[in-house]
Amino acid sequence: MTSVDLDTTLTRRIASRSRRRFGEIVWVELLGLSIVLILAILGVIVADVVIHGAGHVTWTFISESPRQGLTEGGIYPAIIGTTFLVLLMTAAAVPLGVATAVYLHEYTPPERPKQAWKRFRAAEGPDRRKLFGTVLLSLLAKVTRSAVANLAGVPSIVFGLFGLGFFIQFVGRAMDAATQPAGQILWGQGNLLWAALTLALLTLPTVIVATEEALRTVPPELRAASIALGATRWETIRRIVLPGALPGILTGAILAISRGAGEVAPLLFTGAAYYLPFLPEALSSQFMHLGYHVLILSTQSPDVEATKPVLYGTVFVLLVLTFLLNLTGVLIRARTRSKLRAGG
Amino acid sequence: MKRAFSLALLLAVACGGDRRETPAGAGAPSGSSNKAITIKGSDTMVILGQRFAEEYMKNNPGVVIHVNGGGSGTGIAALINGTVDLAQSSRPMKDGEKADVEKKRNAQLNETPVALDALAVFVNESNKVHALTLDQLAQIYTGKITNWTQVGGADAQIVLYGRENSSGTYEYFKEHVLAKADFAPRTQTLQGTAAVINAVSRDVNGIGYGGIAYAQGVRPIGVKKDAGSPAVEPTEANVANGTYPVARYLYFYWISTASPQLQQFVQWATSPDGQKMVENVGYFPLPEKTRTSTQ
Amino acid sequence: MNDRRKVDLTRGVKGRFIRDRLMTVVFTGAGWFAILFIALIFVFTFREALPIFTDPEVSKEANLHEFFVKRVEGETIEQQFVWQPVGEVPKFSFIPLILGTLKATFVGLLFACPIGVAAALFSSEFAPPKLREWIKPTIELLAGIPSVVLGFFALLVLASWLQNTFGFTYRLNAWNAGLALGIALLPVVFTISEDGMSSVPRHYREGSLALGASRFQTAWKVVLPAALPAVFASFVLAFGRAIGETMILLMAGGNAAITSFSLSDPLRTLSATIAAELGEVVFGDPHYSALFFMGTLLFVLTFVSNSAGQWVIGRMQRRMQGES
Repeated sequence: MTSVDLDTTLTRRIASRSRRRFGEIVWVELLGLSIVLILAILGVIVADVVIHGAGHVTWTFISESPRQGLTEGGIYPAIIGTTFLVLLMTAAAVPLGVATAVYLHEYTPPERPKQAWKRFRAAEGPDRRKLFGTVLLSLLAKVTRSAVANLAGVPSIVFGLFGLGFFIQFVGRAMDAATQPAGQILWGQGNLLWAALTLALLTLPTVIVATEEALRTVPPELRAASIALGATRWETIRRIVLPGALPGILTGAILAISRGAGEVAPLLFTGAAYYLPFLPEALSSQFMHLGYHVLILSTQSPDVEATKPVLYGTVFVLLVLTFLLNLTGVLIRARTRSKLRAGG
Repeated sequence: MKRAFSLALLLAVACGGDRRETPAGAGAPSGSSNKAITIKGSDTMVILGQRFAEEYMKNNPGVVIHVNGGGSGTGIAALINGTVDLAQSSRPMKDGEKADVEKKRNAQLNETPVALDALAVFVNESNKVHALTLDQLAQIYTGKITNWTQVGGADAQIVLYGRENSSGTYEYFKEHVLAKADFAPRTQTLQGTAAVINAVSRDVNGIGYGGIAYAQGVRPIGVKKDAGSPAVEPTEANVANGTYPVARYLYFYWISTASPQLQQFVQWATSPDGQKMVENVGYFPLPEKTRTSTQ
Repeated sequence: MNDRRKVDLTRGVKGRFIRDRLMTVVFTGAGWFAILFIALIFVFTFREALPIFTDPEVSKEANLHEFFVKRVEGETIEQQFVWQPVGEVPKFSFIPLILGTLKATFVGLLFACPIGVAAALFSSEFAPPKLREWIKPTIELLAGIPSVVLGFFALLVLASWLQNTFGFTYRLNAWNAGLALGIALLPVVFTISEDGMSSVPRHYREGSLALGASRFQTAWKVVLPAALPAVFASFVLAFGRAIGETMILLMAGGNAAITSFSLSDPLRTLSATIAAELGEVVFGDPHYSALFFMGTLLFVLTFVSNSAGQWVIGRMQRRMQGES
C-alpha cells in the first residue's frame, strides 16, 4: 500500500514538475520573443529605409547640390558639411578627452578621498602638507568623474543651449567686439566651429569614460615595473600604458564619434543651414548637415510626395555612415577581445 | 594596432584629397572670393528664396547666396543683429522693429515686396465643406467650434493644424482671422507649411492654413467675408483684385548700405525673370503697379 | 618591440626629466581645461535663465508663479494652463509641456522596460554564447540609429500604421511619439540590465542549480533579484534619456501644448518646445529666458536621475566585486 502511495505521489510530483517545465519553456520562449521583437524593429526600420532609399543613392545624388526646391539633385553639401563637422569635433574631443582621462587616471592619486583624508589625519610632520594636496586632488578627481559620468546623460538639446549661450553669445560676441568693425558680426552667430565645439563637448564625457575604462585594463604591475626600470612617468604612459589601452580608447572614441555624427538637436541653434549651394569655406561658415536635412525634408519640404525619394536617400546615407562608424568600433573591440582570449 | 591606426589615417587623408578634387562636381561655385549674400527668415518664403538663389547663381556665376529659414521673426531679428544681409518676411515689419534696424545698423531700411500670397485654408480632399466665413474660421481656430457638423460637414471632430509661433504665417493668421485671440491649445503646431499640408492630406478631419504655393494633395476652400457674401477661392485674379480676404505680400528687407550684389539680386527678384520664379514656386507675381512703385 | 627598450636609455637623463615635467604640465592643463568646461556648462545654462529672477522687465512676464501655478480663466484645465508665448498677453504655463513630456516618457518606458529586461534576461541566462555574441552588437546598432531617423520613421511610417490600426483621431499622439521614444530607450534598458545580470557571480547560479532549481527558476528567482539594482538603474537612466530626447518628439509628437491626460492626444514636450522656439526668439526676451529656464529644468532633472542611476550601479558593482 505504502509503496503504491509513494509511487503515485512520486508520479504526481514528476508530472507536476514536467508541467512546470513546460510552463517554463513557454516563459523562456517569451523572453526569446522579446529579442526577436527588438531585432524585428531594427529590421523593419532598416528595411524600410533600404527599400525606399537605396535605389535613389546614385553618383549624382552623392555628388550634386540640391535643386528644384530640394526635391531633386543631391545632398553633396550635406555630406561634406557632416564630414567637416565630425572631423572638427573629433579633433577637439578625442585629444582633450584622452588627455583628461590620462590625467584623471595616471596623475591624480588612486586612493579615494576618504582614505587620503584618514592618512592625512594620521600623518605627522612635513608630510602633512603633501598629503593635504593628495586629499584635494583625489577629491577633485572624484567630483570630476561623477560630473563626467552624469554629463554623459544630459540631453543634447541642453548642449545646444550651452553652445548658443556660451560659444555664440559670449565668446563669439567678445571676438567680434575685439576684431570686427562696429556692428559687424562674424563669430557671434552659428557656424561650423561653434557647432563642432558644441558636439565635441557632447561627446567628451563618452570619450573620457571609455578611455579611463581602457586605462584601467592595463595592469598596475606593468607601470610599477616600468618605473622600477627607471622610466619616467611620461615614458611609462607613452610606451606601456597608452599602447595597451589603445584598442579600448579607439572603440570608445569611434562610438562617441558615431553618436556625435547623428545628433541634430545641438545644431539647431549653432549653425546648421537649410540650403547652401556650396561647401563651407571657413570655420565661420554655416553648413548643411545630413541629420538636419532629414529634419527639414520631413517637416518643411514644399512637396512631400516629390521629396520622398530624396528624403529616404538622405536617411539611407546617414544610416550607412553611422552604422559603418559603429561597426568599426564593434569590430576593433571584438578583435582585441579574441586576441586577449587567445593570449590569456 | 599601429598599422590599423595609420590605415585609418590614410583613409581619412584619401577622403580629404578626394573631396578637394571634386568640388566642380558639386555644380556649385566654391572658393569664390566674393562675400556671400546671406538670406534668412520666413519659412513660407524659404523655398522661394532657395529658387531665387538657385536661378540667380546659375545666371551670375561668382555670386554666392545662402538661404535659411527659421521664421519671419528670426530673419528680422538677424537683420537687427547684423547676421544676415537680407531678411525674408511673410508679414510687414513692425514700426518698432524698423526703428531697431535703423538704429542698430545705422542705415536706412528698404522694404521690397517680391510676391503676393494668398493665405489659403486647406481641408482634406474628401471633406464636404467647401467654404467657411471668416467668423467660422476664427471660432474653429479658437476652439469654439469643434465638430464639422457645426459648419455643414460630417459628424467628426475637427483636427486643427497650424504653424509655430515664430512664423509670420502664425502672426498674420492670428491678427487677421482670429482678431488677435489665442489659438486653441489643441492646434498642432508644425515646423512648416508643408508639414501642415502633409498632415491635412493624411487626415480626413484636418484643417490647416498656409501659403498657397504649398497646396498639393489638399483642397483650399473658399472664404466668405461674412455669412451673406459669396465664397471667394484663393485664385490669382481674386487675390490681385483684392476680393480674397486673407492675402498678403511677401517681403524682402535689407539695408541701404548693402553690397551692390545684393541690390542687383533684389532688383532681379522683382524683374519679369524673377517674377517667373515666383509663379514657378506657386505664388502670385506682383501686380504691375506695385512692381513699378517699389523700384 | 625592440626600439622600445633602446630609446629610453640612450637619451640624456636631464632631457628625459624635462620632458616628463612638460608632459605633466600638458596633461594637468588638459585635465583642468576639460574640468573648466564641464563647470562652464553648468554656469552658462543657468546664466541665461537668470533674468527670470533678477531682471524686473523679464520677471514681470516670466516667473515661477507663471510657469507652474498660474491659471488663466477657463472652465477646463485645458483652457486654464496655457503655453502661448507669443501674443498680446503671453502665457507661459509649463504645465501642458511637463504633462506632454511625462506622457511620452510613460509610454516609452512602458514599452522599453519589460521588453528590454526580458531580452536582457534571455541574453544573459539562456542564449547560447554564439547567439549572444550577435545580440549585443545588434542592440548597439539599434542604439546607433540617430534619433532624427527614428523621428522620421515615426512621422512617416509608424504614425500612419497606428492610426489605420487603432483609428486615432489625431495621427500624431502620445502613443506614436512614446513608442518611437521606446525604441530609443530599449538599448539603454537592455545594456545596463544585461551588464548587471552578467555580473551576478557564478556561484549564485551554481548554488541554485545544485539545489535542484531549473534554469528558468534560477534566472527568475536568483539572477533577476540579484541584478535588481541594475535593472532599476536602467529604468532611471532610461527616464533621464526620455525626458531630454528632442528630435523624436519634435517630429512625432504633434506639438500641441494641451493640458490633457489622454494618450491619444497630441503632445508637446519641454525639449521640443526649446527646439522649435529658441531659434526664433529675440535674445533677452522673457520668452528667451523662459526657454533657457526650461533647459535648466531638464538639465537638473536628468542630472539628478543620472546621479541616482550611476550611484546604484556603482554600489552594485562594488558589492558584486566584493562577493566574487
